[in-house]
Amino acid sequence: MSTRAPAVEARQLVKTYPGGVTALRGMDLTVAPGTVFGLLGPNGAGKSTTVKILTTLARPDSGTAFVAGHDALAHPDRVRRAIGVVAQKSGADPVATGRENLLLQGRLYGMRGAAVQRRADGLLDRFSLADAGKRLVKGYSGGMLRRLDVALGLMHRPEVLFLDEPTTGLDPEARTAMWEEISRLAGDEGLTIVLTTHYLEEADRLAERIAIVDRGRIVVEGTPDELKGELRGDAVHVELRADAGLEAVTALAGLPGVHEAVAEGRRVSVRAEDGAAAVPVLLAALERAGATVAAATVARPSLDDVYLRYAGRRFQDAESEGAATTPEPALAGGAR
Amino acid sequence: MSGQALAHTWYMTQRQLMSIFRQPVFLAISLIQPVIWLFLFGNLFRKVVELGGFGTTSYLDYLVPGIVVMSALGSSMWAGTGTLEEIERGTLNRFLTTPVSRNALMNANVAQNGIATTAQSVVILLLGRAAGAGYPGGAVGLLILVVASMLLGTVFGALSNAVGMIVRERESIIGINTFLLMPLTFLSTSFMAPSQMPGWMRDIATFNPVNWAMVAGRSALGPAPDWSLVLTRCGGLLLLALAAVALSTRTFRSYQKSV
Ligand SMILES: Nc1ncnc2c1ncn2[C@@H]1O[C@H](COP(=O)(O)OP(=O)(O)OP(=O)(O)O)[C@@H](O)[C@H]1O
Ligand SMILES: [Mg+2]
Repeated sequence: MSTRAPAVEARQLVKTYPGGVTALRGMDLTVAPGTVFGLLGPNGAGKSTTVKILTTLARPDSGTAFVAGHDALAHPDRVRRAIGVVAQKSGADPVATGRENLLLQGRLYGMRGAAVQRRADGLLDRFSLADAGKRLVKGYSGGMLRRLDVALGLMHRPEVLFLDEPTTGLDPEARTAMWEEISRLAGDEGLTIVLTTHYLEEADRLAERIAIVDRGRIVVEGTPDELKGELRGDAVHVELRADAGLEAVTALAGLPGVHEAVAEGRRVSVRAEDGAAAVPVLLAALERAGATVAAATVARPSLDDVYLRYAGRRFQDAESEGAATTPEPALAGGAR
Repeated sequence: MSGQALAHTWYMTQRQLMSIFRQPVFLAISLIQPVIWLFLFGNLFRKVVELGGFGTTSYLDYLVPGIVVMSALGSSMWAGTGTLEEIERGTLNRFLTTPVSRNALMNANVAQNGIATTAQSVVILLLGRAAGAGYPGGAVGLLILVVASMLLGTVFGALSNAVGMIVRERESIIGINTFLLMPLTFLSTSFMAPSQMPGWMRDIATFNPVNWAMVAGRSALGPAPDWSLVLTRCGGLLLLALAAVALSTRTFRSYQKSV
């Protein structure tokens, strides 16, 4: 596998939209063939922009992008034949049936006759849309629509499949079903999947490698275990009664077995090799520093901690900040 | 155009026509509206032929080509809202990530609009005939009228698409259309013979492409067509149509840059 050329290789992508928003500031990405790669990041991080460039929809201001061995900037037509795309917004035609959508998609890739019909019916079956396939797409539920989107992306048997937030807006049940579908796809011979998501859990569960995107750049990349492993030990979060000052942080930073103290408002977070053992020591140190403790929690490392470590803020905060500054907020797609 | 681009144009055209048929209310309105025009204006202005200058003694004969052209204008003007919807839904972006011929996407708009306008014109002509209108110009005259209204539809359909892709706001298209429809219609010979129009209106009408389509179609359909008039007006429409399609192709390119 490692001897094959990367399925996706992007170098130093920079993209500024008309209007002055710089969406990407030097995005680097390498995806090995046959793997599932997760791009994880909050609203406005630049995930969709990256996908748009890799899928030939948008052009970067500078940088290079190779997909399935083809130069996406010099030969977008070759890339288009090799990729399947499920965009953040469903692109299905609502006034056509699911089956008609699939047939047209196949024909655009040059599929003809009985072959295109068989492929469409096969995909409808596979995505539990056999009955729905005869109905107009405008009557589909969010989950059905998203499954049809994935089927559209797979119609011509692409080498690389891009899934831009495949589960955003789905209810938990539909989300779980979609996860199973994606896991199954990942097992398919040779298919490479590039997946973007807001959900730490989703990336953790589906992706073999994850890159965390923040403000138009990759801040860290690795397997979920590598990323969590790098954090060495447990996260201990302490809630204070008043804002945590610098004193609280300095009081903790020097303690044995404690690393990386970070204060955010009333919350102080540290990493400790043994979280449970560290708690009494931390509390005592805080008390000496004059801070009153409201609560303390110990957690095994999660991707959220990884995010905090590399982006310098919590994922939730980045989300709401992104939502507040993003002029074009993500549609809560898939409303029933 | 390559064979593939032709095939893609056909698939995309077919898709758009299909979606018109699936919107029965829209379909019904675009067919009933001309009937109402024919009925209302046919009765309201019946007596104006007595003023003279209409070249016929039946007002209906005069009115039918006017309604054909007016309907072509009225339905094509909304093309931009369809394009806008495709942008908003993400359908256009989905197509842009496939190997679909970029020209096919634009050509399909033109082809779909042309086919729809032709169908609408034929229906109006049949209804007019049923109501007693005569078409002395015969088949050639009918063909020229349909072609002229199709060209006019192409002009306004392409302009509407261009506006849709530039402003990206349904409200702007609605505003522009309601603002333009009446002046374009009444500053033409749709209801009134040129000799009965105030001089300044007649002068403006000379530059109104809607009027070109009417004048050409009406003359070709009349008993004694003025071929030089027909040719110059249709030629003008053709040039305008080419320019409008070129403009909308350009705005399509700039859309692709802004995705
Ligand atoms: N077509 C556009 N025109 C102008 N600005 C845009 C456009 N698309 C995205 N942006 C801006 O570029 C930045 C990155 O957007 P992008 O859609 O790539 O983020 P994202 O990570 O996909 O976010 P989300 O999770 O909300 O989908 C944001 O600030 C966004 O507002
Ligand atoms: Mg996005």
